[in-house]
Amino acid sequence: MSIPTELKYTPSHEWIRVEADGSITIGITQHAQELLGDMVYVEAPAVGRSLNAGEECAVVESVKAAADVYAPVSGTVTANNSELDSSPEAINSAPYDAWIFKMQPADASAVASLLDAAAYQAVVDSEAH
Amino acid sequence: MLIFERSHPSRRNAAQAPQAMAAVNIPAALLRKTAPLLPEASEMDVVRHYTNLSQKNFSIDTHFYPLGSCTMKYNPRACNTLAMLPNFLARHPLAPAHTGQGVLACLYDLQEILKEVTGMAGVSLMPMAGAQGEFAGIAMIQAYHASRGDTARTEIIVPDAAHGTNPATAVMCGYKVREIPTNADGDVDLDALRAAVGPQTAGLMLTNPSTLGVFETHIEDIKHIIHDAGGLLYYDGANLNAILGKVKPGDMGFDVIHSNLHKTFATPHGGGGPGAGAVGVAARLLPFLPLPVVAKLPSPTSGRGVGGEGAVEYRYLTEADLPLSIGHLSAFTGNIGVLLRAYIYAKMLGADGMHRVAEFATLNANYLMAELQKVGYRIAFPQRRASHEFIVSCKPLKDATGISAMDVAKRLLDKGYHPPTTYFPMLVPECLLIEPTETESKETLDAFVAAMKEIWDEAHATPDLVKGAPYSQPVRRLDDVKAARELDLTWKA
Repeated sequence: MSIPTELKYTPSHEWIRVEADGSITIGITQHAQELLGDMVYVEAPAVGRSLNAGEECAVVESVKAAADVYAPVSGTVTANNSELDSSPEAINSAPYDAWIFKMQPADASAVASLLDAAAYQAVVDSEAH
Repeated sequence: MLIFERSHPSRRNAAQAPQAMAAVNIPAALLRKTAPLLPEASEMDVVRHYTNLSQKNFSIDTHFYPLGSCTMKYNPRACNTLAMLPNFLARHPLAPAHTGQGVLACLYDLQEILKEVTGMAGVSLMPMAGAQGEFAGIAMIQAYHASRGDTARTEIIVPDAAHGTNPATAVMCGYKVREIPTNADGDVDLDALRAAVGPQTAGLMLTNPSTLGVFETHIEDIKHIIHDAGGLLYYDGANLNAILGKVKPGDMGFDVIHSNLHKTFATPHGGGGPGAGAVGVAARLLPFLPLPVVAKLPSPTSGRGVGGEGAVEYRYLTEADLPLSIGHLSAFTGNIGVLLRAYIYAKMLGADGMHRVAEFATLNANYLMAELQKVGYRIAFPQRRASHEFIVSCKPLKDATGISAMDVAKRLLDKGYHPPTTYFPMLVPECLLIEPTETESKETLDAFVAAMKEIWDEAHATPDLVKGAPYSQPVRRLDDVKAARELDLTWKA
């Protein structure tokens, strides 16, 4: 299972990369894409939208199911990945490159309290049946 | 091959054509100038075409069909025969009630049977499918809160194991959905539920037994948490087959329930309808039932009721009787043919038969679960007794051999079995949701286990064989991704 150590994570399977300017980039993990299977559609939040931590803000739809993506922290959407409109399968082939949206967090310290790779690994392990 | 592709110019089906067209006054401007693009085929072409298509079907009449959560049980032919009696079929839905006392008596009796089975105070048969039953149920919860001026309740709580229709229903009714997790034993996470409820809680939608095939251990705690917060409890009756005659949702504390008559009460389904999603309610929701509801009047007013001495009369309740009703869900009186089949099935079973349905549905599921575990398949919740269905996770098989749940499902087609539900619920990776139903014999279950054993062995010895399946069907693997992304349902010449 691939869980890059330089990223942050949520229990709902989003990965978060902290950029040099303090903004964050969000996608879904290798584990999440594996569960969902072949992606057919991604709906990302509009730029400028204000989000609360834990708010449903994007949808990833696969041949098996549609799943919500949640805002990892509170903040404002600064960009979304329009390339996923035409090639949602990028989430399957390279989940950590295929980002869905970017945010400017309202409070930088909230990002620090997200899960690290080891803690996320424990979440994945606890779900194993 | 489509019927359009069999079309031959000017070929006609003369024997079926109307002898004389009725004179109708359609303004010339509205008459079409060119003939509609319809296939031109002979009667025999049409018969062969559709007979050949029907023979490509997997159906409960031809194959074991353990499609989890769908309750694909056998529909007794008698239900069909009796519901097709000419006096039922020929009745016009707008005919006056006094000319249809027989059919109204059947509907009234069915309402009473469902009240008894579910433990609810009242039933309306009108919803025309499970999803419409859900909609009616949540609309009643909304009407109840509104009637009390309690307008701050904006959220419906839905466990993550729920059927996808549950959150969809809540959203259709204008609610915000709050999802709560499931614990390691497959029960609702009570701490998460306690944290989720509040003055914003309109209700909880719950399936019990759940989609994980287990009976909620803490159903009474769940009831108290929701009711103490002022919310109402909605029961998704998709899995009613497991508890028929054994436990009543009303006794568990549910305020409203929909029952898929087309599953539990053995009416045809799987072809996209028609269905019937009858709703039952606790006393406090009676004023909001969808119309019409059939009532029995102890003293006939018209003198044209049924029965000799002590005759009774049936009539439809309308807005005049139930002014707070959420209203009508269809133009007439639901899918009456489905309701009649369900009524006949319930009368054939009787109370004892309903107990046996639940007992054998549960026994068959637990037998199959134990046998598949012996083969080597991972059972998702081995610590729990299955209700009417259970989950196999093919994750260990996939890790060991590369064979996924989808590969197993496709290979089952070659072995002559309709596959179980795959990849639902999402909580369990690589899952098969298996529901044998009570109508299958031990021989059928054993043969299915043997087929699953063959696939297990093939997965280890010749995995490419399984990955290439199916080989015996009219088509090989379909391209799910292309179908979802480039949906094209229009035939072009």
